[in-house]
Amino acid sequence: MFEAKDYKSPQLVRWCPGCGDYGVLNSLHKAMAQLAVAPHNIAVISGIGCSSRLPYYMNTYGFHTIHGRGAAIATGVKVANPALSVWLATGDGDCLAIGGNHFIHAVRRNVDINILLMNNKIYGLTKGQYSPTSARGFVSKSSPFGTIEDPFRPAELAFGARGRFFARTIDTDVKNTPEILVAAARHKGTSVVEVILNCVIFNDGINDSIVKQENRPDRTIFLRHGEKMIFGKNREKGLVRDGFTLKAVTIGENGYTLDDVLVHDTTLSDPFLHSQLALMDGAELPVALGVIRDVEAPAYEEEMERQIAEVQEKKPARTLKEYLMTGDVWEVK
Amino acid sequence: MANEMKVKELENVVIRFSGDSGDGMQLVGTLFSNLSAALGNEIITFPDYPAEIRAPHGTLSGVSGYQMQLGAKKVYTPGDKADVLIAMNPAALKVNAQFLKPDSVVIIDTDSFQAEDLERALFLTDNPFQELGLTSVQVVAAPVTQLCKKALEGIADNKQALKSRNIFALGLVCWLFNRPLEIVEKLLSEKFKKKPVVLQANLLVLRAGFDYGHNIHAAVSTYRIETIPHQKGFYIDVNGNKATAYGLIAAAERAGLSLFLGSYPITPATDIMQELAARKELGVKVMQTEDEIAGICTAIGASFAGNLAATSTSGPGLALKSEAIGLAVMAEIPLVVIDVQRAGPSTGLPTKSEQTDLMQALYGRNGESPAVVLAAISPTDCFDAAFWASKLALEHLTPVILLTDGYIANGSSAWRIPDLEEYPTIQPPYVQPEMAKDWKPYHRNPENEVRYWAIPGTEGFAHRIGGLEKDFHLSTICTDPENHQKMVEVRQAKINKIADVIPLQEVLGDEDAEVLVVGWGGTYGHLSEAVEKVRESGKKVAFSHFRFIQPLPKNAEEILKKYPKVLVVEQSLGQFAGYLRAKIDGFAPYQFNRVKGQPFVVSRLVEEINKIADE
Repeated sequence: MFEAKDYKSPQLVRWCPGCGDYGVLNSLHKAMAQLAVAPHNIAVISGIGCSSRLPYYMNTYGFHTIHGRGAAIATGVKVANPALSVWLATGDGDCLAIGGNHFIHAVRRNVDINILLMNNKIYGLTKGQYSPTSARGFVSKSSPFGTIEDPFRPAELAFGARGRFFARTIDTDVKNTPEILVAAARHKGTSVVEVILNCVIFNDGINDSIVKQENRPDRTIFLRHGEKMIFGKNREKGLVRDGFTLKAVTIGENGYTLDDVLVHDTTLSDPFLHSQLALMDGAELPVALGVIRDVEAPAYEEEMERQIAEVQEKKPARTLKEYLMTGDVWEVK
Repeated sequence: MANEMKVKELENVVIRFSGDSGDGMQLVGTLFSNLSAALGNEIITFPDYPAEIRAPHGTLSGVSGYQMQLGAKKVYTPGDKADVLIAMNPAALKVNAQFLKPDSVVIIDTDSFQAEDLERALFLTDNPFQELGLTSVQVVAAPVTQLCKKALEGIADNKQALKSRNIFALGLVCWLFNRPLEIVEKLLSEKFKKKPVVLQANLLVLRAGFDYGHNIHAAVSTYRIETIPHQKGFYIDVNGNKATAYGLIAAAERAGLSLFLGSYPITPATDIMQELAARKELGVKVMQTEDEIAGICTAIGASFAGNLAATSTSGPGLALKSEAIGLAVMAEIPLVVIDVQRAGPSTGLPTKSEQTDLMQALYGRNGESPAVVLAAISPTDCFDAAFWASKLALEHLTPVILLTDGYIANGSSAWRIPDLEEYPTIQPPYVQPEMAKDWKPYHRNPENEVRYWAIPGTEGFAHRIGGLEKDFHLSTICTDPENHQKMVEVRQAKINKIADVIPLQEVLGDEDAEVLVVGWGGTYGHLSEAVEKVRESGKKVAFSHFRFIQPLPKNAEEILKKYPKVLVVEQSLGQFAGYLRAKIDGFAPYQFNRVKGQPFVVSRLVEEINKIADE
């Protein structure tokens, strides 16, 4: 058996005091203890950025690589040794700007890696430029008059790349995050966990309207497979279908009963409803937290192994020489 | 009756098959070269194909060629000029006229030399030979298309007949060279075993071509090339790209590791990926990634996880991989990067060959970022070079850049299938269980400055590495200026010390020569032939050809300073000469630089060597 401390490296953690990354790190230590995979069988890969420092604080194998390429490197690790539990620590810039191409292709291939996307909607390490998830009009050092472009919504990108696992959590929610990370690890294939994260220095408080304790019950909904989609301070609200869209209702009002409230099903292969849930933004509809989508599909590295085994059944050569001798060979005696 | 013809007994002969890129010239070229190799000839081939997959029919831009030199003795190159040209249309004749010897034999299909064909190839008159000044060549003018149709009457349609023109030409060439048809028939049967109708048509047409030559009593030379005994063993015909792929497989086998390739299609390197992707029975894992960067990055991940990992590309792709190579330098992990050089810059001439990526391989990265650089010297040497690249990468935990080029990648020759026991062992410096107590990821063996390799999954050695500078002693992130200076020097020293384990540089030819000819990489064949020719004429010349570029062999300086005159020959504006100047104080060579995207012309090299010798 393992404890959270078995996964902590002796390295002093050097994020800014109050950074949301601390919460993710603690949750990850806890999740790994629950998963009970030995530290030496885990590889944590990262790109560049504040969140990409994470591998140094893990007592596992770790590789802090180059900007944006973490998904490709993690893919190589997993394909080379499918027995390893492979994690990618990345941020909104690393994953969705410079690394956007690798992200969508990793998701499309469905390699069994767990992507922790720490989304604080800002570039922290380069000191405060807007990121591809910053809202239109966001004022930053590189957008002094506000941005004139729309942001990516990570779930949309993941589903566009045929993502099979998508979950969302809040950096400070150390109660629920480990459970979500465990689910991500148990999913065979690429798991994307978006962490709504606060940057205390350059983007402090941008998530307050959603994540503050007083706002959270009405502005978020925690989804669990097989359970009713209920939220609110007194769990008095629910999500119901309204034509092609979703609607938040108060149970017992306007003729809506508990029976009308939708039951969450993470396994729907059609991503339509998952997409609607994931795109709820906390204004009219609450931001969805928890595991939103968890659909089975063949994992790339397993398909690779399967194909090798299949070909080996048909072709007897196991060494280069044996193979070469099956070609257009002539002998000189 | 054929024995009444004039039969030329030659030591070697150059043949060029040429036609539209859809005419199947590469196929018949390959078949004829395999046939000749099977009969015991020395052989070097070179396909010369256009960038367009199918350029407009019959036009000059669509001409595709396949040249080979057959010999009774050692053959080094596909030859400068052709003894025999097969021109399937006027465009092929026009494009190849410059590569013909004065008394060469030219085989044409008269059915495709009609007025409109001549017009498409921009001929102004109805006599293309006269127009091109080809007055002394011996022409075999055969109505190939009609003869194919006739041979296939009632068996296959006209469409098939048109497709079989190349095989008819092959039959004719077999007659010209006194080749028995049995071997080609066997090769065709293998190739078309799943298409019985096509096979039957091709066998008939092959025979028709041969008989046509036999029956026309054409007053042209036919050829006989003696064969020579090779080293005993089993042989196959292999091009440089395949040999590279096999070298990687062999190294993985010798090291007891799985082989991983991350790659992205790019001319002229794609064949390496394709060959390895097909070798699933040998357990090779190949990923065709989303881009060049992911190609190398998946390989870096696979290397971190304990595979022999490689990525294959050409010049533009190497540029995209630069940052990731820097990561492999900094993290000190084994990695083989293969650059099949093509003519640049930018997209350049993708199907043509050059040696212009040397500086990029040596220095094209941010920071002091030393890597090992090797260059393969011939198609079959790609095997040895890929093996060496893997061995050095794995034993010294470093990226190794292997430079080949489009010319040797596509050129082929006969290759004896080796026993792997003939090759050195590969022993990566794995961590040992007893090291676990005080081990740090960047602890080094002081003899060669190589760190020890702990692979994820190994208990007791969990560690973190990355692209940030680390402390020499603690292996943790470190920004101390003195430490950085030390680490920069250590990483360079690690590469320099590889000179201790690579072979010494050899010199061929005359010890007491006035001129030393120096080359590197894929020009070995042309330089060997040129040097041999100059020596046959009575002059003394020495020749030294480099495979190990960084580090240079230990005796390189001694050799380069020993001769009064040194001529550095390369297909760049002098990148290797410049590198040697930087490495060797006072080195001032003569240079011969050609950047045409085409292989060297031996006769031109001979002229240059003579000029410098006589100076």
